[in-house]
Amino acid sequence: MDAVPPAAAQPGDAGRPEAIKAVPVRHPGRWLAALVVAVGLGGLGYSMATTHNYEWDVVGQYFTSTRVVNGLLATLVLTALAMLIGVSLGTVLAVVRLSTNPLLRSASWLYIWFFRGTPVLVQILFWNNISALYKTIVIGIPAGPAFFHFSANSVITPLVAALLGLGLNEAAYMAEIVRAGILSVDQGQHEAAQALGMTRLQTMRRIVLPQAMRIIIPPTGNETISMLKTTSLVSVIAYAELLYSVQLIYSVNFKTIPLLIVASIWYLIVTSVLTVGQYYLERHFGRGSARELPPTALQRLRRMLFTFHAQPPEPPSSVPSASQRHDQR
Amino acid sequence: MSDAMVRAEAVHKSYGRLAVLKGIWLEVMPREVLCLIGPSGSGKSTFLRCINHLEKIDAGRLWVDGELVGYRQQGSRLYELRDREVCRKRSEIGMVFQRFNLFPHMTALENVAEAPVLVKGEPKAAVLERARALLERVGLSDKAGAYPNQLSGGQAQRVAIARALAMQPKLMLFDEPTSALDPELVGEVLDVMRRLAEDGMTMVVVTHEMGFAREVGDTLAFMDGGVVVEAGKPREVLASPQHERTKSFLSKVL
Repeated sequence: MDAVPPAAAQPGDAGRPEAIKAVPVRHPGRWLAALVVAVGLGGLGYSMATTHNYEWDVVGQYFTSTRVVNGLLATLVLTALAMLIGVSLGTVLAVVRLSTNPLLRSASWLYIWFFRGTPVLVQILFWNNISALYKTIVIGIPAGPAFFHFSANSVITPLVAALLGLGLNEAAYMAEIVRAGILSVDQGQHEAAQALGMTRLQTMRRIVLPQAMRIIIPPTGNETISMLKTTSLVSVIAYAELLYSVQLIYSVNFKTIPLLIVASIWYLIVTSVLTVGQYYLERHFGRGSARELPPTALQRLRRMLFTFHAQPPEPPSSVPSASQRHDQR
Repeated sequence: MSDAMVRAEAVHKSYGRLAVLKGIWLEVMPREVLCLIGPSGSGKSTFLRCINHLEKIDAGRLWVDGELVGYRQQGSRLYELRDREVCRKRSEIGMVFQRFNLFPHMTALENVAEAPVLVKGEPKAAVLERARALLERVGLSDKAGAYPNQLSGGQAQRVAIARALAMQPKLMLFDEPTSALDPELVGEVLDVMRRLAEDGMTMVVVTHEMGFAREVGDTLAFMDGGVVVEAGKPREVLASPQHERTKSFLSKVL
């Protein structure tokens, strides 16, 4: 058998052969596809700039008008509160769904079945018309004494109907997301926590849920972004969120397209902000799962600017080498 | 009642129709180190998990420090303990797992300091100081800020031992603590356990490390088929096993 040439065995010394300089493979198909896309985008941009019906001046005029901004704020509040209800109730439902009590377990299952099985628009309409079903809302013991009486019409305002419709529906989806997260945590973690004397609740709060977060956060971010847009359904019950606000404006001045563009741009802006927030949340809860945290946007930018023409990357320093593993005692 | 730390009388445990423990009789005195050996499936780990009530026993009696595990006896009746009482008793028993089971979202120091603060409500500053001292005791003072996945197996297991010790347990249970380790990392974990035994900790160790059992163990019990086949001084059992099953097991592992 031939001996391995010393140059290959000892990289980096004087015997290192010349670096490879080869002619790269051409990709005519890719060039063609890129050309088609570029022409398409150029055409779209040109049309958006020159077609009068976009009425960009109207877009600019209404973009920060009081009614639009108030509508945007209402949308943000609605999104935040509905997600708050969804996440907290969803977490409770998920924990109950995993309980050992069969009645509790089935109740949670039934809730999820019902609220996932009916369209959220129908649920919103239902809550808004609840006074046709129950004139008064009574808190008390069934067929027993009552503690509080409310008139349904005074309690269920459009905002409350919207929050109930969106929040209770969201809870059903969040319950499934949280449950998947909880189940993803290794059984050994439960045992270790129990062996240290932690109660079920302490184990859940300090050990299981923080680890489940890594699984829970990405879909919850999607749900939040989806919720932001779903709030527009609330326009059907005349709650002045972003979409209904612009509808009110264009029903008077008939500038339908520019005002829909105003709403769309705002939705895009908020969605973009939420996407960035989600990245940092994922990074925070990724602690301990990757050896090194992924870079922040700023770090990435800095790396791109300063290592553009730099030498080949150094070997990762955080991975302990074999010699480091034999640590000193 | 004897003053044994662990006392098992005819302990039985089944999973469905599969009987895992078929009458375990054992006693571990304070400051004693008991090593449990035996083929896989012999019930060693299950018995260990029964001691801190991670598993419920079906029949027999099991005492830790003179108190029944998982139950309270009044007259001839047994009452199940409430969760809170079970947790309090578990907090007095340390356990080390084969797969470490460190909390991956916490640093080594946080892993060690978590339970004393959360479970016992001790002041955080004092616990952190003790946690640092414990990490130093297992030779890992420089790894306090490391997350578990930045540790080697041996380091992780030593953090796990420190985590259990932070609760100041009166009894330590080890469930095959070196079985998931690369061979060259086994020694560092056994060293820590040996020093722990020298300091007078009462320990029950399920292990395949016969050298450790011989040198550190006060008693060696060989389990097979859900019973203790024979028990005695480790040197004697290992050198001249009395029972046929012990002989054949030892001939395979030694």
